[in-house]
Amino acid sequence: MSSNMENDTPLLQLKDLKKYFKLNGGAMLHAVDGINLDIYEGETIGVVGESGCGKSTLGRTILRLIEPSSGEIIYRGKDITKMSQGKFRPYRQEMQIIFQDPYASIDPRKSVIEVIAEYMLIHKTYKHQADIYNRAAELMDMVGLARRYANMYPHELDGGRRQRIGIARALSLNPKFIVCDEPVSALDVSIQAQILNLLMDLGDDLNLTYLFITHDLSVVKHISDRIMVMYLGQAVEIATSDELFENPLHPYTQALLAAIPEPDLSKRDIPFKTIKGEVSSPINVKPGCRFCKRCDFAKPGCDGTDKPLIEVSPGHFVACDLHNKPM
Amino acid sequence: MNENNILEIKNLSVIYKTDLETVNAVNGIDISIKKKSTFGLVGETGAGKTTTARSIIRLLPAVGHVTGGSIEFEGQDLLTLPAEDMREYRGDKIAMVFQDPMTSLNPVMSVGDQIAETVKIHNPHLSKDEIDKRVEDTLSMVGILPSRKVEYPHQFSGGMKQRVIIAIALACEPGLLIADEPTTALDVTIQAQVLMMIKDLRDRLGTSMLMITHDLGIVAKICDDVGVMYAGEIVESGTVEDIFEGKNHHPYTEGLFGSIPNLKSKAKRLNAIPGLMPDPTNLPKGCVFAERCKYATDICREQHPGVVASGTHTLRCHLFDENGNRKEKKNEQ
Repeated sequence: MSSNMENDTPLLQLKDLKKYFKLNGGAMLHAVDGINLDIYEGETIGVVGESGCGKSTLGRTILRLIEPSSGEIIYRGKDITKMSQGKFRPYRQEMQIIFQDPYASIDPRKSVIEVIAEYMLIHKTYKHQADIYNRAAELMDMVGLARRYANMYPHELDGGRRQRIGIARALSLNPKFIVCDEPVSALDVSIQAQILNLLMDLGDDLNLTYLFITHDLSVVKHISDRIMVMYLGQAVEIATSDELFENPLHPYTQALLAAIPEPDLSKRDIPFKTIKGEVSSPINVKPGCRFCKRCDFAKPGCDGTDKPLIEVSPGHFVACDLHNKPM
Repeated sequence: MNENNILEIKNLSVIYKTDLETVNAVNGIDISIKKKSTFGLVGETGAGKTTTARSIIRLLPAVGHVTGGSIEFEGQDLLTLPAEDMREYRGDKIAMVFQDPMTSLNPVMSVGDQIAETVKIHNPHLSKDEIDKRVEDTLSMVGILPSRKVEYPHQFSGGMKQRVIIAIALACEPGLLIADEPTTALDVTIQAQVLMMIKDLRDRLGTSMLMITHDLGIVAKICDDVGVMYAGEIVESGTVEDIFEGKNHHPYTEGLFGSIPNLKSKAKRLNAIPGLMPDPTNLPKGCVFAERCKYATDICREQHPGVVASGTHTLRCHLFDENGNRKEKKNEQ
């Protein structure tokens, strides 16, 4: 899943992307608050953060399932942010999403093959319906669903198989870019491993680009080429997967990594280094480092102005005053 | 019953029976929890972990029935107690923390009243001021300002709600705390806070614990003994050292460890266990794991394996002889 990042232009560019939700009384909820990211063809970008950090909103805003408040989304050099729905339609085929909950994201009244064929029927991918259903059956093979399930209904299948339906449906329009929104978090660990392996194999075979959203750091490390850590709508650190785990720089990233219980007895007596407090409210956020109230290293100046992402070593960006010297 | 144990479950079987089918949820399990120690029950959805926990405090749903075995707590078989007497154990001597903090609190009752409720029922002689004091002490014990006792559950975050639930569970200083996936619904940094708090309180109050989890990382961090559950059976059990450091393992335990994405390894493919857990309404006659096991032979599919033990370590698998040593290795990859 590697790519020659330096040479080609990004598949997708996000420029200061923002999504604010207006609440009753005029307050603003800053769900996504100025994300800048280049995503290159064939790579997998992991987006990690805790509930409420805006990672799912980001995924949906990129696909314009939620319209962004400001900023730009540039796909293959073309600004798709303000494109009319009609013009955007062909792009939708190339950009798909796999949802978190395999129980809620599939129409319970359609059979497996109908769910998989649905998008192709809408977009009239093939002239004859028979071809569409043939393609749907091929997709079932591709995601490891036995064809005998074709006429069953989703409630007859377990979570892992249902998630395979969701994957087959997302692949049906031959997308280039797929947002995976916590695709394995509703699954048991042995089934989770099956689905992660499947996603990685498909990524390699079809040269897919993934934006992989998850709260599970071990999953994100496993699947991603690069990782973006989000906190309260902002990116606090971006680095390659290995670099982030070996050399986390932002205090929040460090705290996240220290909080994972590892299945290793040698770590048993080392207490977790817990961070104090909880995520503060994303409503009417004041400028400044969003994490500074919980941060052990906070000092005057951490609040007041937003901290930009600074490249501290090649490909490693961090938004923190402790590391504000560019390389 | 062994003096050092607070709880002994012997040969427990539980079914869920409806007009249409019978689900064999728990099939002849043995668990011993030592005094002041923590037993981790690990397994996937549907393995029977929660059913086991609910059998102990006798809160099975109406369709659930215990069909055999005994659950002895401090020498008393809980399964034979009249419902009235069981109430004295529930909440006072044995308490339970449920998985979902969002739904286990009463939304129209202040958290202070909810803690006071338990204290009042089990200590009818206490005065109002004494109960108030207990509520405040319990709240500060779990790291919540006592002044927040007048607030309602919706005013608390998920992690704080789970602290309130733990406060209710510990309000009567129970001998045994059953924690059913207490941190699964929480974010990882909040999970770390709550786990450290549970660990501290357990050590301070000398509470024994049954910790139900699917996360082997949590087991490594806070459990002393472990049982690995699969399709209603304990397929492997032992001390944490037996499970995490021993070399002989049930193929399912091996598979569980292989399925976790490792933070250190660079391997790009996970060793997923193929297939699914067997249908609990129609369990195979041989080993319950045989269908997914890469070492399975004819005997595994034909004959249900017995338990073999070596010291504290028990295994339910045909690969091992009566002393718990691996028999032949011809099928290994």
